[in-house]
Amino acid sequence: MAAISRDDVAHLAKLARIEMNDSELDHLAKEMDVILGAVARVQEVASADVPPTSHPIPVNNVVREDVVRPSLTPQEALSGAPAQSEDRFKVPQILGEE
Amino acid sequence: MSLNYDQAVEKYEPTLGLEVHVELNTKSKMFCSCSTEFGGAPNTQTCPVCLGMPGALPVVNGKAIESTILIGLALNCSIAPFSRFARKNYFYPDMPKNFQTSQYDEPICVNGYLDVEIETDEGVKPFRVEIERVHMEEDTGKSLHVGGATGRIHGADYSLLDYNRAGIPLVEIVTKIVGGTGKYAPQVARAYVTELRDILRSLGVSDVKMEQGSMRCDVNLSLAPIGSGELGTRSETKNVNSLRSVERAVIGEVVRQSNRLEAGERIVQETRHFQEESGQTRSGRSKEQAEDYRYFPEPDLVPVVPDSAWIEELRATLPEKPSTRRARLQEEWSVPAKEMTSLVNAGLLDVVEETITIGADPTRARSWWLGEVSRLANEREVDPTTLITPAQVAEVISLIASGDLTDKLARQVVEGVIAGEGTPAEVISKRGLKVVSDDGALMAAIEAAIASQPDTAERVRGGNIPAAGALIGAVMKATGGQADAAKVRELLLKHLGQGE
Repeated sequence: MAAISRDDVAHLAKLARIEMNDSELDHLAKEMDVILGAVARVQEVASADVPPTSHPIPVNNVVREDVVRPSLTPQEALSGAPAQSEDRFKVPQILGEE
Repeated sequence: MSLNYDQAVEKYEPTLGLEVHVELNTKSKMFCSCSTEFGGAPNTQTCPVCLGMPGALPVVNGKAIESTILIGLALNCSIAPFSRFARKNYFYPDMPKNFQTSQYDEPICVNGYLDVEIETDEGVKPFRVEIERVHMEEDTGKSLHVGGATGRIHGADYSLLDYNRAGIPLVEIVTKIVGGTGKYAPQVARAYVTELRDILRSLGVSDVKMEQGSMRCDVNLSLAPIGSGELGTRSETKNVNSLRSVERAVIGEVVRQSNRLEAGERIVQETRHFQEESGQTRSGRSKEQAEDYRYFPEPDLVPVVPDSAWIEELRATLPEKPSTRRARLQEEWSVPAKEMTSLVNAGLLDVVEETITIGADPTRARSWWLGEVSRLANEREVDPTTLITPAQVAEVISLIASGDLTDKLARQVVEGVIAGEGTPAEVISKRGLKVVSDDGALMAAIEAAIASQPDTAERVRGGNIPAAGALIGAVMKATGGQADAAKVRELLLKHLGQGE
């Protein structure tokens, strides 16, 4: 019943900025189809009186007080950055010339 | 030949949609305890949560939820009994998480409206703008584009990111389709954003400073031939950062789109950027490739389920609506509608109210703020409320009422206060500005005036009262404007045998 096409996988790869060649797409399309099929079996046991949920435990309204606590230092914040400059994260060109 | 705005709206019907983003003024961020303080050194207000480190768990700021519910209530929305956050996934370095935590199909407030008033050819008319939703999300980081020819994102060599702003609570207020405005679309857009700003300010939930970006407006606009009953393809104009710009952006897009349609071209669905200098819009990224944000419920945050007791508790704290307040003050002060609009548009309502509360006469308070103070502020290109305080204006007005100052002297006092010469009392003593009320001194000046214009004096004696004006003028001149003209008139007429 599940069906994920090779085109779907190619689209997702593009959205996730993952470069994939043809054989990887073929391979992954088959594999993801199997995974989706397995997950879809859950629907067979879920009856109409079980609402869809995003949380396993029914907990609502967990909030914090509006209180400021110390932040990281810029050095700590940038410690894992591949590149930095002037205490800022440095990222490659976002858009080319118009 | 190209169409101008008036010609464009004779042929085409504009349809609006307005999205307003407001930064809340909470102390801490939406999902973490980093400070929201404006203007900190780069990346000094970040933590594992707002940097999107693996394993970091966000927790919602309760104050931000309350502020959003207050906004919803003030906009006549229904508050959803169950509301969830969702991830909006996209690749863009302004969010280190590669998604923005927002709300999608379960926003916290829905279906409201805001009534505004616009000036039409037939007078002031009400217009209802319907609200689709009010939802919570978080602001993005700030990018600095380095290199390239223009310093813009296009063609930059690289970009530098400061995430201090990433995660600041943001509320998005989205209207339903606003149709039926006809040629008044620019006025409706501006009136809506103005009224919204006033409401948010009265709620105290945001600084609502458009020029600093704590309130931002996106204008969606499409055109269709009048009477066609169709909806055209829309453009979305971003970067509209003042009330005046909202109006100009609508005019600019109506003109641009109508001329494309006239030329037989189609409108591209795209994001455009407003250019402050020209009032035109410039194409941004095209939306032809439909966005695919892959929204899904945020697994790290639990649902928001406001019970009715909480909502009613918040509703009880709602302040008087700006429109109700305006109507009340207009009646209390018996101000004509047009002057009330001038006061509101000039941003003088608060100071005038304060001046009157201190004890000044409403008519005088209004005319001093709208007149002399505004004139001096215009000369200096500053906000009138920064020049002088309501207490100082009230003091000047009370000195006029007590006869210690004439209007003319009072203008000098106000000018002195604005020039930084001190309080009204200090300016009066430094400049020696006192009404000459000593009858002896006045009589000497009156006799001198009569002596220099004997013919005029004779006409007044003969019953020609209006002729006295020239003599009064001479006395005022002789006393350097420091005499009370009414008193001079009284003494003069009496002296010439015309007094009561």
